[in-house]
Amino acid sequence: MELLINLSINGLATGLLLFLLASGLSLIFGLMDVLNFSHGALFAWGAYAGVWAYSVTGSFVAGIAAALIAGVVLGFLLERFIIQPVYGNHIRQILITLGMMLVLNELLKVVWGPDQKSAATPSYLSGSWLLGDVTLIKYRLFIIVVGLIVFVLLYYLLNHTRMGLIVRAGVINKEMVQALGINIHRVFMGVFILGSALAALAGALFAPYSGVIYAELGMEFAILAFIVVVIGGMGNIVGSLMAALLVGLTGAYLAYFVPELSLAANMLLMAVILLWKPSGLFGVKR
Amino acid sequence: MLLEVEDIETYIGQFHILQGVSFQAQKGEVTVLLGRNGAGKTTTLRSIIGLSPVAKGTIRFKGEPIHRLPTYQVVRKGIGYVPEDQGIFGDLTVEENMKVAMQKKDAETMERLEWILNLFPDLKKFWRKKGGHLSGGQKQMLAIARAYVNKNDLLLIDEPSKGLSPIMVEKLMESIVEMKKMTTVILVEQNYLMASQVGDRFYIIDDGKTVESGLMKELRENEQLRQKYLGIA
Repeated sequence: MELLINLSINGLATGLLLFLLASGLSLIFGLMDVLNFSHGALFAWGAYAGVWAYSVTGSFVAGIAAALIAGVVLGFLLERFIIQPVYGNHIRQILITLGMMLVLNELLKVVWGPDQKSAATPSYLSGSWLLGDVTLIKYRLFIIVVGLIVFVLLYYLLNHTRMGLIVRAGVINKEMVQALGINIHRVFMGVFILGSALAALAGALFAPYSGVIYAELGMEFAILAFIVVVIGGMGNIVGSLMAALLVGLTGAYLAYFVPELSLAANMLLMAVILLWKPSGLFGVKR
Repeated sequence: MLLEVEDIETYIGQFHILQGVSFQAQKGEVTVLLGRNGAGKTTTLRSIIGLSPVAKGTIRFKGEPIHRLPTYQVVRKGIGYVPEDQGIFGDLTVEENMKVAMQKKDAETMERLEWILNLFPDLKKFWRKKGGHLSGGQKQMLAIARAYVNKNDLLLIDEPSKGLSPIMVEKLMESIVEMKKMTTVILVEQNYLMASQVGDRFYIIDDGKTVESGLMKELRENEQLRQKYLGIA
């Protein structure tokens, strides 16, 4: 029982990190029809910026803030100079965002060196609580809480503000949104920056969770995030959460019980769900 | 003159769809664009609103050229657009569809909302229903309400009668007559009967060009012309 609870907490923590990464990816694809392969690089940049700022200032909160700033700035630059010129052209988007992924990864090494970095957990989030026989690791619970808070905020933004309604309407019919007098390009930029900031936040939260970070970790996580987006349905935030938890939990259980199967299982999960529901669990029919 | 379209040419991909469309819309009138399927009526509306940008020619709205502006800026000058497929956000409720459309929340917009909801009480009734679950006629009402709710001086309505029952068409026609008191309308219509009852002025578009124009009552009296371009006697 204790084992199952711990595996579940691991799975939920990984799942919520994946949610932070995938929600941006999903909105960017759903609204802007942009396949952004450089999204994972922002995760890595968030991790590095967070670890760096934490080590310089001694404040974990400053680390999180630095990651968010890195996400916002990189998101703005990417949207303005890399994505804008290739709207509507999937092949070019794939090529240029894959290229940007590599460039951003290499730039990380230029700025912070090619070696792995270790990431510390702040003292107030280290250690664990004992609940009966179950050991609850504080930092994992912290990730779960932050992830859920972000989900609630995003859900509120999308469902109860005009801006959110515009984003949801844009996922369904971009042309009509423009024909109602809305500057969709400004909405695109806002969503892209928000998605980038969430990816960077996920990276910053991930660093103390894993203890070490390296430039390529973004790529590894991005693959899982893409699986989450496909399973959950493009452009749907609830779908992203459900799929992220599913992938996180499946990964955690399998990594323990049948480790050989863990990556294959995600692919299998995706295949089965797509055969059953081609637009994903919560996909919007367009 | 509220809107002047002068000799516009528009390409869609490599197809030369509009090859010289010219017409004018006078304030307070309903101008009807008639013509066969594929003649270029829908593309004309899309060109005005900037969704299918013109390659040549000019479009002036209240004397100001608008043919180089992005769609959202054209709309904000005071033009509302109801596309042929209505463009309802199916996953959003009627209320949410209206909220996306409402550019302001001032007293005047709220008044217009009130007015249009009184004209289309079904929308009030299904206020919290998803747009995708409405009937064809209700979707059309929602699309028109969205275009009307902002202080627009001109409404472009693309084939509102398409796919609707005769009773629904009758209702819509009445509402367009009502709206005419408040705003100017350009109507694309295949349904000649509907067009002839609400229109003040007509233009016939054929093969991407305006070929005939005049007052609606002249067309009502000219069977030959109707036969030639619209295939109806």
